[in-house]
Order: sequence, then structure tokens, then C-alpha cells
Amino acid sequence: MHLLIVEDDEDTAAYMVKGLGEAGYTVDRAANGRDGLFLATSGNFDLIVMDRMLPGLDGLAVVQALRAAKITVPVLILSALGQVDDRVKGLRAGGDDYLTKPFAFSELQARIEALLRRRDAQSVETKLNVGDLELDLLTRKVRRGGKPIDLQPRELRLLEYLMRHAGQVVTRTMLLEGVWDYHFDPQTNVIDVHISRLRQKLDKGFETPLLHTMRGAGYSISAQ
Amino acid sequence: MARALPSFVRSTTFRLSLFYVFLFFLSVGALLAFIYVKTIDTIDRETAQATKADAAALIQEYSAQGIAGLIDAVEDRVAPDRAGDGLYMLEDEDGAALAGNLHAWPTAEPDSGGWINFAVDRDDGSHQARGQTYALKDGSKLLVARDLRTRLGFQGLILDALYYAVALTLLLGVGGGLLISRRMLNRLGAINRAAERIMAGDLSHRIATTGSHDEFDRLSEQLNAMLEEIRRLMVGMRTVTDNIAHDLRSPLTRMKGRLEMLLRDPSNSEAQQNAIERTIADADQLLATFTALLSIADAETGSARASMTSLDLGAIVADVAELYSPAAEERGIVMRDDESKAIVVGSRQLLFQAISNLVDNALKHTPQGGEISLSVTRAGPTVNLIVRDSGPGIPESERERVLEPFVRLDNSRSSPGSGLGLALVAAIARLHGARVTLSDNRPGLVVTMSFPVPL
Repeated sequence: MHLLIVEDDEDTAAYMVKGLGEAGYTVDRAANGRDGLFLATSGNFDLIVMDRMLPGLDGLAVVQALRAAKITVPVLILSALGQVDDRVKGLRAGGDDYLTKPFAFSELQARIEALLRRRDAQSVETKLNVGDLELDLLTRKVRRGGKPIDLQPRELRLLEYLMRHAGQVVTRTMLLEGVWDYHFDPQTNVIDVHISRLRQKLDKGFETPLLHTMRGAGYSISAQ
Repeated sequence: MARALPSFVRSTTFRLSLFYVFLFFLSVGALLAFIYVKTIDTIDRETAQATKADAAALIQEYSAQGIAGLIDAVEDRVAPDRAGDGLYMLEDEDGAALAGNLHAWPTAEPDSGGWINFAVDRDDGSHQARGQTYALKDGSKLLVARDLRTRLGFQGLILDALYYAVALTLLLGVGGGLLISRRMLNRLGAINRAAERIMAGDLSHRIATTGSHDEFDRLSEQLNAMLEEIRRLMVGMRTVTDNIAHDLRSPLTRMKGRLEMLLRDPSNSEAQQNAIERTIADADQLLATFTALLSIADAETGSARASMTSLDLGAIVADVAELYSPAAEERGIVMRDDESKAIVVGSRQLLFQAISNLVDNALKHTPQGGEISLSVTRAGPTVNLIVRDSGPGIPESERERVLEPFVRLDNSRSSPGSGLGLALVAAIARLHGARVTLSDNRPGLVVTMSFPVPL
């Protein structure tokens, strides 16, 4: 996977390049908007991480220019501004996701993976499977090892989100955004309690747990 | 017009003009009274002098020619072609009329100056008259008096003038007052409408001036200058907070990133691992405070007003209740939501944040077995969002203070939190034109956010 990072801050860029390189991505970097736009239009990237405040050409302007040129590569916008309006502006300009600085590296990685996966998963699925767990998207029924599991509507949506990102790390803020549609950082363990309830229903009485807690990062659903 | 009239009447200018009408009316009245008193005085004195001179001439006639001469003189004065306002009567000692134009001797007693006032019937009605009596040497009596109709006529004239003056001042005053106050109200109305638009968040709007350089134009110019200054300060504040956000949060990003990379190093001892995790937690705490401060600053600038829509406050409350109820249950706290609907104008994200903060706060302070209830009710011109808990509550003297940033009550100092939760709630409430009040739940705290009902 080939990523482009457009970020003016040397240290932030260096640590993203290093971390993403270690995670197995090929990473290019541009230090300003003009170079970023040039690279993005000429290179063949799978995803672009775009800082909002850039010298020369503003990050949002770059994204708008890309979208105007019909370049559909997923863009994750990074910004030090975490306010609601800025998020809306960022997404309206053509960004696919929006992450506020400072972010945990795991958060960045989780969102990059989610965006890349979203691009792959274009086929219309009617069933989601993880190990012996099955979610029928049409009937909204959940079974594990053939045994039906009764879930509340919200638990069902939570499970659906996790299963659509099976094998990836899903962070708490991603869950709050994806399942509840609210964008803020809950200071208390509200999400954890929802997860532990879901885990009770999914994993209790089964040999292998499916819903895993990733230390310092979030959650992941996988058969391993 | 029928609807606009009461607003004229309530206006200061109209009341002011009514006051001027009253003052003008008083001065006209005083002037007329002065003229009246002065003129009447002059008329009275002239009448008295004429009466006395007339009487003196008659008595001289009597001294020279005796009673017959006096009778002739009186007859001469009351002849139809000469009779003006003069009234005369001559009686002999037995009371028989000798000459004159009065039918009977007046019965009135003379006053201290020897004057008698009496009524006299003339061709054109009953008149007041005033005169003096003289006892003559032969026992006969002479009355010389003047009809006071000139004075009465003048009285009528003054009264007429007074009526006309009243009618005219009222007409001109009220009419002029209406015209002036309507003009002033139009100008003030324009200023008020502009102020409303600006307060609704359109900070670039300015009050129009007419170019007449009058007081209203000057007021508008001053207000515009003030608005420009406010806008400049707000842009400045926004720039500063944005810069702080960018400049301070970026190094924090790197710090946190390095710590996370350290965390992945398998050669760390358990103690090192714990220290790194605690440092990350501290950094997170720092960031949370920072984020809350920025959110408050952002709410205060009112920029989110542009993205406000009509939404169901009850639905947001239900979302918060749904998100927090498992956490509440885990602590043995019952969470209730009355599931009502109420439309307000606001930002869904910010309202969710505010209500979350309130519930979060309630959860922190409610003991096991306690209860937190959420309700949305329509009360007259407001929609009230009420969060009740059964915790220790807040003493009345502290209730105002806890809405300020960084204020935490001593007994809550040990519990986690930035001390900005309620301050952010207050800022979000202000942004929505809502009022936050804290009251006693006996025991516990009741937080009420009163939103204006959208028009």
C-alpha cells in the first residue's frame, strides 16, 4: 500500500513516516500544499493523509482541487482544530475522514486501515462472518456456532461496525462516530461498558473469544 | 397602523411630546391669565375713575343749581342717544324716584371702599354693575354706577382664546408628537433590527446611516465602530486560540507519539511500561483540558451558530441516556429518561456534548443505588432540559461559581475531571440562548437548561 503524507511539521511527519513504515506501508511525504497537490495528481497513491494548515496552499484547497480533478483517492484530513464546524468543512471539501491532532498513532493507523478497507469492500454484502459468528444484514439476526444470539438494536449496530472492520483495530472515538454519530472524546469508560456487554453475549460459553481489547488502542473482532 | 399606534404611544418621544404639549398648555394658560388679570384690573380702575369723575360732576351741578339742576343733568345723561354704560338713580328722602335709568334702588350693601355691586336688567339681558351712592344735603340720594359689560365681554374673549389655545396645542402637539415619534421610532427600529441580526451571529452586519449626520447617524456610527472593535477582538481571540491549538497541540502530538512507540518496545520492564502508560494518561488529561478550553472558546465566539438547525432535544437526550445507561447500571445507578419530544434550534454535536457532560458529572457524584433522571419539558416560552441526580448536591452559595472554568468544589477535587465540564455546559448554553440554573433535588443536584422555544 502506497501512502502520501502532506504535513509541514517535520517531527510529526517523521514520526508518521516511521510508524507507518514499520506498519508495512510505503510512505511518501510532501512538506507543503503545492508539492502535495503535485505528488497526489501525478503519483498513484492508495491513501493521502493531509494536514489542514499548510504553508502555501491550504490542505482543504488541495483536497478540493483533487476532487475537482476527479481523483477519488481516500483522504484523511489531520487538523489541530477539533471543532464541529471544522470537521464539517473538512468532510464537505471532499475528505473521507477527519482526525484531530494530537492523535494516538494507533488511532491514525486504525483509521487508515478502515479507509483502505472501505475502498476494497465495494461489493454488496448480505452476511458478515468472523469465525463461527454470523451477522445476517437482511434479517438482522446474529448466530454463533449455529446458536442464535439476542442483541439490542444498538448492540447490533456496534457488532456490525466491528465486523465490517474485522481484523482491524477500532478505536473508541471511531465507535462513537460510526455507531452513535457523535464526534467527541468521551472521558469516561462509557464505550467500554457497551463493549463488555456485547462481549458477554458473544463470547460467554465459547472456547475462543472473538472480541479483543487492544491495549491502549481500542477493540478488534477477529477469529484469531 | 392600528397595530403601530400603541408602540407610538409607548415611545419615549411620544411621551416627551405629550409632556411638551402639557407644558405649552400651562404657559399659554399662564399668559392668558396674566393678560386677563392685568386687563381686568385696568378696566376696573378706569371704570372706578370714570364713575367718580361722573359723580363729582353731578354733585357740582347739585351744589350750583340745586336738585332741579341735578335732575336735569341726570336726565341729560340717561337720554337714549347718550346712554352708554352709565347707570344713574336719584331718589328723594322718601324713596321716590326723581330721575335715572334704573327701575329700583339696589339692595346690596356697599363694601369698605363704598362701592356696591349689583345686577341690572338691560335690554340685552342681566349685567353686573358697580357704583357709588351719595347722600345729598336735602336728604335725597344719588347713585352713579357703570355697567360692567365691557369687562364681561373681555372675560368671554379670554375664555374663548383659552379654548382655542387648548384645542390648537393639543392638535399640534399630539399630531407633531406622533410624526416626530414615528420618525424617531423608524430610526431606532432600524438600529434595533440591526442589533438583533448582529446578536444572532451575523457579526459583519452594520447599522445603516442616512447621511444626515444627525444624532442618530452619530449613534449608529459609534455603534458601528464598537461592533468593528468587537469583531476585531473576536477574530483576534479566534486567531489566538487557533494558534494555541496548532502550536501547542502539535508538540503534544509528537510527545504522545513517541510515548506510544516506546510502549511497543518489547524490552520494557513492567515498571517502565506502567510509567509510560501513566505518562500517556497525563498527556491525555492535559489534552482533555486543552480540548475543553478550546471548545469553550469556540462556543463563546458563536461561530457554530451558522450550523444550527431545528432538532429534537428529546432525541439527543435519549441518545445520551442510551450511551450512558450501561455505565450507570454498572455503578448500580438507575437512569431514567422521560422520552419526550421538544424542538429547539441548536447544534446537535454541541448539545450532545453538553448533556453528556451533565450526565457524566451526575454519574461521578451519585452514590451506588442512586438515581439520575433526564427530562425535557415545555414550560411556557421555554423548553427545559432537566438532569437530576441523587448525589450530595451543591450548596446554594457555590451554585453560580461552579459554572465558571476551573472551579471544582473541594469535596470533588479528588475525583477525575478537568473542572471545565460545567463551564463548557454554560458556554454551550449561552451559545444557544439558554439559561443554566442549579437547584436542590433534596438530596442531589438539579441542573436545568432553559432553551427559548423556536419561533
